[in-house]
Amino acid sequence: MKPALIRKLFADAPAAAVLGDPADDAAFSWAAVGRELGVAADGEINIAQLAVDRHAHSAHAAKAAFRFLAADGRARDVSYRELAGLTDRFGNALKSLGVTKGDCVFVLCGRVCELYVAVLGALKIGAVVSPLFQSFGPEPIRNRIAQAAGKVLVTTASAYQRKVVALRPELPSLQHVLLVDDLGAGAIADTLDLHALLGAAPDTPAMVPTGPEDPALLHFTSGTTGLPKGAVHTHGAVLTHYATARTALDLQPDDVFWCTADPGWVTGTSYGIIAPLVLGVTSIVDEADFDPLRWIHILENERVNVWYTAPTAIRLLMKAGPELFAGHRFPDLRFIASVGEALNPEAVCWGLEAFGRPIHDNWWQSETGGIMIANTAALDIKPGSMGRPLPGIAAHVVRHQAGEPVTVIETPDTVGELALETGWPSMFRGYLNQPERYRECFAGNLYLTGDLARRDADGYFWFVGRSDDVIKSSGHLIGSFEVESVLMEHPAVAEAGVIGKPDALAGEVIKAFVVLKQHIAPSEDLRLELMGHARRRLGAAVAPKEIAFAPALPHTRSGKIMRRLLKAWELGLPEGDSSTLEQAEAQREKK
Amino acid sequence: MSQQQEQIRTAVLAIVKRLAPEVDPARIIADKPLRSQIDLDSMDWLNVLATIHEKLGVEIPESDYGKVQTLDSIVAYLAGKIPADSLE
Repeated sequence: MKPALIRKLFADAPAAAVLGDPADDAAFSWAAVGRELGVAADGEINIAQLAVDRHAHSAHAAKAAFRFLAADGRARDVSYRELAGLTDRFGNALKSLGVTKGDCVFVLCGRVCELYVAVLGALKIGAVVSPLFQSFGPEPIRNRIAQAAGKVLVTTASAYQRKVVALRPELPSLQHVLLVDDLGAGAIADTLDLHALLGAAPDTPAMVPTGPEDPALLHFTSGTTGLPKGAVHTHGAVLTHYATARTALDLQPDDVFWCTADPGWVTGTSYGIIAPLVLGVTSIVDEADFDPLRWIHILENERVNVWYTAPTAIRLLMKAGPELFAGHRFPDLRFIASVGEALNPEAVCWGLEAFGRPIHDNWWQSETGGIMIANTAALDIKPGSMGRPLPGIAAHVVRHQAGEPVTVIETPDTVGELALETGWPSMFRGYLNQPERYRECFAGNLYLTGDLARRDADGYFWFVGRSDDVIKSSGHLIGSFEVESVLMEHPAVAEAGVIGKPDALAGEVIKAFVVLKQHIAPSEDLRLELMGHARRRLGAAVAPKEIAFAPALPHTRSGKIMRRLLKAWELGLPEGDSSTLEQAEAQREKK
Repeated sequence: MSQQQEQIRTAVLAIVKRLAPEVDPARIIADKPLRSQIDLDSMDWLNVLATIHEKLGVEIPESDYGKVQTLDSIVAYLAGKIPADSLE
């Protein structure tokens, strides 16, 4: 039976009892976090300096910053000192190419050492870094680089040839493409060899002074309407990365840490690169694709202490069954956390059976830059809850309705929109080129998250749903508009509507309803052609997993596709719901 | 390659092609990891394995995922599990 509460004993979390208990909030201040890192308020601050250089000149310069595990099982350690040298070389190489502070550098790579060197080296010289997910197809890549007028792209020869080379004429801002030669095919026109550049660049300090409000990172996220939005984060955000790694993840300096998220998503940057380095821990990076047995071996053999992963991976491991865990022991594993979407209570408790540790769900988004609400080591877990706000974070449930002022809901267990008081260091500072959409996210001193939640009488927050139609697949937000636009590029398609179809493993999978142009008949061949078209343009992470033909799509009076009604059809909800949905949609349109 | 292995290879490629119709089988390097070459995410990969189970009658347990990384290794794995006369 699932317990309603998993009690924590002091012995479970000696360090966290001091640090991670939200009850200790009074003792917390962001200024004190800055002082701890030697950063004066409004003084110089640079993520890469705190993550890399600070350690490279300390007693643990020789300690492994990363341990890269290749697909074939080989391991390669990169020490803090080596990482400092490599990132200086990369920063100096960028400078020699004319890249200056504020220029945008994109990274599209597997989880190889070069990716980490590029992100940190670019941060050193004040460039703004935007990591892209390796499963993006050409259209998401083009769109994001174009929006940010990206000047440099770091990628692999294979990804370049498959996804980028044909886009070059459409991306005039992109002056330099630096390649990791994974094909061994030698020089490719209009690109530079990354290793040759690194070899030629000096490893003298590359650091350019940056301040807390200087842009550092650009994370694209999706809404229901319009193009993906580039959430801008600053160098000051590192205070949140550092503090939350301790409060939410219970990370200690001598730990071995494994964040399984790809740096192409915000978790993989904030907690796969920055936070563990600032703490000076050793991070495991697995270059291979998900493989349940491989993951168990990594947890066991690498003696991982803190593991930060995602609901889809946890559910895949659960599906594999207890046989997979037979004969394996995890005495070093102290803390397990999950993010991406609400973790079901069964999965929280499954952690106790499989690892002897519960799984700690936490909540944040690209816009928040770091973990905001969490089940910490010191806090009793209510399985299914996202936990309580971390020190330094004030969260509320608010009433947010069209034409009315936003008000805080004080009554426990009332559903409303989750909102955060502004002022934490990793709050996004804008949506690139979209100031209006940024302003719409705020009411007074509250950031409105777009997530619906309730807070119980004990102060625990519970995720309820989204206030919009955005899709969450394997923990990643997917914008319907981006998918629909690509489907409608196909000459046979008149219109497309995209929804998230509930899925036991991925949370939701993307399903498209397609209306064909007149005189074009639906067929299996055409369905496969559309699937191939979408996958070729969008990549596996964004393309629909299912396509169905529909004679027509439901619209609001103003002509917008009613995705909620499509979803109701998909779920087989009674027809009677449709009028309610139409009203709700009309109400939402007024917002 | 035996005739049976040829048949298995054809069947596996047909399954991949149904889930990822954009794939050109001629460009697959058979002894290199399959997923990253043709952009299959975790959900696509599970669908490939589920369809192999459905069409070829072989269930690949999670503990064997490491043995089915390349097209060659998938074919070899399945050949060891499928009776030689069942693919007529």
